[in-house]
Amino acid sequence: MSQTQTAPATAAQPEMQAELQSGSEVLLRALKEQGVEVIFGYPGGAVLPIYDAIFQQNAIRHILVRHEQAAVHAAEGYARSTGRVGCVLVTSGPGATNAVTGLVDALMDSIPLVCLTGQVATHLIGNDAFQEADTTGITRPATKHNYLVKRSEDLARVVHEAFYVARSGRPGPVVIDLPKDILINKAPYASAPVAPHRSYRPQTAPDMGQIGKAVAALKSAKRPIIYTGGGVINSGQGASDALIKFVRKTGFPITSTLMGLGAYPSNDTQFLGMLGMHGTYEANLAMHGCDVMLNIGARFDDRVTGRLNAFSPGSRKIHIDIDRSSINKNVAVEIPVVGDAGLSIEALLEAWDNEPRQVDTAALSTWWSQIEAWRGIDCLKYTQIQTKGGIIKPQYAVQRLYDITRESGRETFISTEVGQHQMWAAQYFRFDQPKRWMTSGGLGTMGYGLPAAMGVQVAHPAALCIDIAGEASILMNIQEMSTLAQYRLPVKVFILNNQYMGMVRQWQELLHGSRYSESYTEALPDFVKLAESFHGVGLRATSVDQLDDVIREMIASDRPVIADICVDQKENCFPMIPSGAAHNDMILGAEHAARAPGVTDAGMALV
Amino acid sequence: MPIDPSLRSATISVLVENEPGILARVVGLFAGRGYNIDSLTVAPVEDGRNRSRINIVTSGTDMIIQQIKAQLDRLVPVHRVADLSTEGPHIAREMALIKVIGSGEQRIEALRLAEAFRARVVDATTGSFIFEMTGATEKLDAFLDLMRPLGLAEVSRTGVAAIARGVRII
Repeated sequence: MSQTQTAPATAAQPEMQAELQSGSEVLLRALKEQGVEVIFGYPGGAVLPIYDAIFQQNAIRHILVRHEQAAVHAAEGYARSTGRVGCVLVTSGPGATNAVTGLVDALMDSIPLVCLTGQVATHLIGNDAFQEADTTGITRPATKHNYLVKRSEDLARVVHEAFYVARSGRPGPVVIDLPKDILINKAPYASAPVAPHRSYRPQTAPDMGQIGKAVAALKSAKRPIIYTGGGVINSGQGASDALIKFVRKTGFPITSTLMGLGAYPSNDTQFLGMLGMHGTYEANLAMHGCDVMLNIGARFDDRVTGRLNAFSPGSRKIHIDIDRSSINKNVAVEIPVVGDAGLSIEALLEAWDNEPRQVDTAALSTWWSQIEAWRGIDCLKYTQIQTKGGIIKPQYAVQRLYDITRESGRETFISTEVGQHQMWAAQYFRFDQPKRWMTSGGLGTMGYGLPAAMGVQVAHPAALCIDIAGEASILMNIQEMSTLAQYRLPVKVFILNNQYMGMVRQWQELLHGSRYSESYTEALPDFVKLAESFHGVGLRATSVDQLDDVIREMIASDRPVIADICVDQKENCFPMIPSGAAHNDMILGAEHAARAPGVTDAGMALV
Repeated sequence: MPIDPSLRSATISVLVENEPGILARVVGLFAGRGYNIDSLTVAPVEDGRNRSRINIVTSGTDMIIQQIKAQLDRLVPVHRVADLSTEGPHIAREMALIKVIGSGEQRIEALRLAEAFRARVVDATTGSFIFEMTGATEKLDAFLDLMRPLGLAEVSRTGVAAIARGVRII
């Protein structure tokens, strides 16, 4: 028998055997060395060896989700709220394909993730084996980079490299496809290399010559604006601290993208609110009318720029980005700076003090009076009827959620799904710190918010984690209520329920003659009973007088809660730059109907 | 098709780690972002360092070509990217195997033109020639135009290999 033949050979090499562990053990050891504490995953045939290794250790915790897409969003929430690399484990075939939406979401929003996917054994690859998918082929455009490990001796090196790639430069998701035999066979361990990567070495320190040019342009500005994005958040707390210093020092107005909210305190007077399609009137008109624009870590997304050939005409543009390919992609800029946001802002601070030229304070003061005039329009104004039985305006619901969570003094993290509620959350919930706001910005993934909040809650067990949701989006990953119950994660789901896919309905009203094609949900579940069936608490507010009590009860609960907030079905999200329009072509809400004709005049007056 | 004056041709050389999937990564980038590929060659170079060189001839506005360079440069297994058409003089060559089928006067004319273009005869039968020709893309195009009425039957081209002139390396 072969057993008797191999036994002496094993005994002859005792030292070798001591060093070699199974591929799964090597994998977990490498994850541990990379600082992984939590994996979000779902088992299956191809990854059983990893699950067996997880069972036999205590260093890494595993959170069992109910759908692989949710595992990736949960890891995104974990990563975004901590600044660490999120880790996902799924099986081959459908496990991997279900993860793809989450991977693209992380790619678009620059979230560092390592996703381990199972694969059929190396000798079966390409044979259409059971639960086989060409995972590296499918995920190539869905990831920052991906690997298929075909030799045991590459395993440890690939894991370390994957973490390096995920967190370096512009962060993003990395897939490691792991054939089953690689997980079972013995593999050597290698520690993370100290030497720099052979080809991937992104530039982080900015060129000081370009920084000098940027400061000279900023100091000569008469109507400057600073526009920041997710790059500042990704760079870390230091970048936000430096940004606050820089903005205060310059006295310039600042606006933020959806992804960048929280990098600069929203309640500060120099902050104009979010810009873009549903940004504030003052932020968009200031972008349109500025003469020098400083973009830090944002990418001139179409939801920000509106019609490109009408975007901020006549301004000199400075763009700081860690990703060279984000510069001059959509908008041609005069002064490009490749570098990390934090290091670049610190360089700006230093160069600012060294540049003898003084800011034109008279011009700046005129610019601020113009901005104050725009602010005076109060573009986020809405009317909430306060009498008993009054219907709840969704804006008011978010406003009260903000006020009451703030009063509670609890550390609060907000995630959202995608749609009207997401924009109302961005407009009415004010963020003072980075990494408190998780939303699917680039991909716009409905179903993101609940699993993301779950990942945040895992990372911050004592914090208040709230998913501001719509009743349509929440149903896309509602199964994760079961995960919340299993791990006693007290996530709060705050549904702005208008029974419509609100943003679809809004576009149909504005652009498709109010033909509400397939945007009304005929048979919604009873969210209160649904919460209860998932071992959580269900609450409902149908009129304004019930709202505060429901929010207070929700926050006070130590269990998962779904709060079903029945809001005005007809409410639209304003202000709005219609797709394909310019920044000075905004639509304001019904509150502003009388002033609407003046909108274009004010914008036109600038250019 | 109207020719957009803002479009230019670019010869981009990319030094990459020779690993599985790298060509798919580069080609997928071009397809996914809607860039043109006029020609593409790839082969291992630099023995012992496990590197390949990809030469891509593409076209676009200057902004798009800059974008292509930046997009290629951020791929993890890419070592260096150079736009040879803007970074000083360079040499670009391709090779073609050209089958011409004919007889009589046409056959003699084809052979005469091949000599003038310094194309080599690598295979001959009583009814056909196969010419091997190396040169700039335009020279190959010109020769093929001349062969068309003389019985051009089949062409196999390698695509462009390119390198900077002088001591400059990428």
